[in-house]
Amino acid sequence: MSYYNEEDLNRFGEIGKSRPDLFEKFMAWYQACQEDGALSKREKALIGLAVAVTIQCPYCIDAFTNSALESGSNMEQMTEAIHLASAIRGGASLIHGIQSHNAHDKVSM
Amino acid sequence: MTNTAVQITRNGKSPFPTSPTSFDEKLAAHNLELRAAAIDILQVNVGKLCNQACKHCHVDASPIRTEIMRRETVEDCLNALRKYKIPTLDITGGAPELIPDFRYFVMEAKKTGAKVIVRHNLTVMFENGQEDLPEFFAENEVEVVSSLPYFLPTQTDAQRGTGVFDKSIEALKKLNAVGYGTAEKLILNLVYNPVGAFLPPSQTAVEADFKRELQTRYEVVFNNLFTITNMPIARYLDWLRRSKNEESYMRKLVSAFNPATVAGLMCRNLISIDWTGKLFDCDFNQMLDLNVESSLPQTIADFNPEKFAGRQIATANHCFGCTAGSGSSCGGTVS
Repeated sequence: MSYYNEEDLNRFGEIGKSRPDLFEKFMAWYQACQEDGALSKREKALIGLAVAVTIQCPYCIDAFTNSALESGSNMEQMTEAIHLASAIRGGASLIHGIQSHNAHDKVSM
Repeated sequence: MTNTAVQITRNGKSPFPTSPTSFDEKLAAHNLELRAAAIDILQVNVGKLCNQACKHCHVDASPIRTEIMRRETVEDCLNALRKYKIPTLDITGGAPELIPDFRYFVMEAKKTGAKVIVRHNLTVMFENGQEDLPEFFAENEVEVVSSLPYFLPTQTDAQRGTGVFDKSIEALKKLNAVGYGTAEKLILNLVYNPVGAFLPPSQTAVEADFKRELQTRYEVVFNNLFTITNMPIARYLDWLRRSKNEESYMRKLVSAFNPATVAGLMCRNLISIDWTGKLFDCDFNQMLDLNVESSLPQTIADFNPEKFAGRQIATANHCFGCTAGSGSSCGGTVS
């Protein structure tokens, strides 16, 4: 058995069977965040894809890949967004190396 | 003939997509019904012969198809245009330019005062005897509508065949050279189809991308971009089934049902004619052999627009393709 099932993405609404008021508030917020605003829908879909890859949520990756395609992005643009997210994630690890250097310097002569 | 073709290409499977809910149920749930208004467009599919075999083609058109319209059926279409003063003739195929009577059809239709639209695949102008198509279109002020699924070669060739993108750009430059895209009466519209099992983007947004990219990369100009949803029938349905995308694509279309599109659907103001002269509510119904109401005349020879106004449109689950999101028609979005 897999913990992640592709079909479960279509069952997202079932979360709202319990405390539907909270789920409705979430959905209204979630959907409003993706509409055209100061950023275009396309830009938001690419941000969503980058975040989805970063948090490694397979449902979100599936959903935002489709959103990016349906807002007119191509594979090159999507891959650039994924690289940026990955580079930031890599950079975040690397910058913590300074803490190691600090710790090293503190105990070293 | 059409039935046989459908059965063969579907490999014994239903030519209709499976759907979690029926189109008629969806209309009823919104208190809607689909009835025709007055007929403004005669959309004539002159045959299945084409120089390309695109993966999404709802006509199953290709170079090996032999079904093409004969002169007497062309004459029946022209008679209807003359007699009933129908404002627009929309010629499609296949590659309509490949039938022997194509140029005669266009020139005679222009004499009736009708606007003539040709759904031109661009690459056909490089076939023998078709080299002067840009000049012919310009002389007859034909409105040209051409598919270009993306402004990059990878996506376009994936859908339309290897090398099609480069040829299409060359063809667009030839159309630009005779005034298409710049002269007031020479309209060149492009069509975007998603290259896969997803819905088209916002027409306005993607039109701006196409204009910018085609201009800067290739110095190509055009008037409007129409986004069209891929219809889950024929060759595209085969691909959905092979790639195991049929269920998710149909669910996507059903969930994106937009009741506001129904009033603007193209089946409400056109009549579709096949290569034999038979009448249908739209080109998609034509491919599925979904006839017009049985009480109505069945061929263009017996056509009378008054009898067709207010008719009940024949529907099936493929109709979700025209009502998803902003809607889809031969002229792009509908709401």
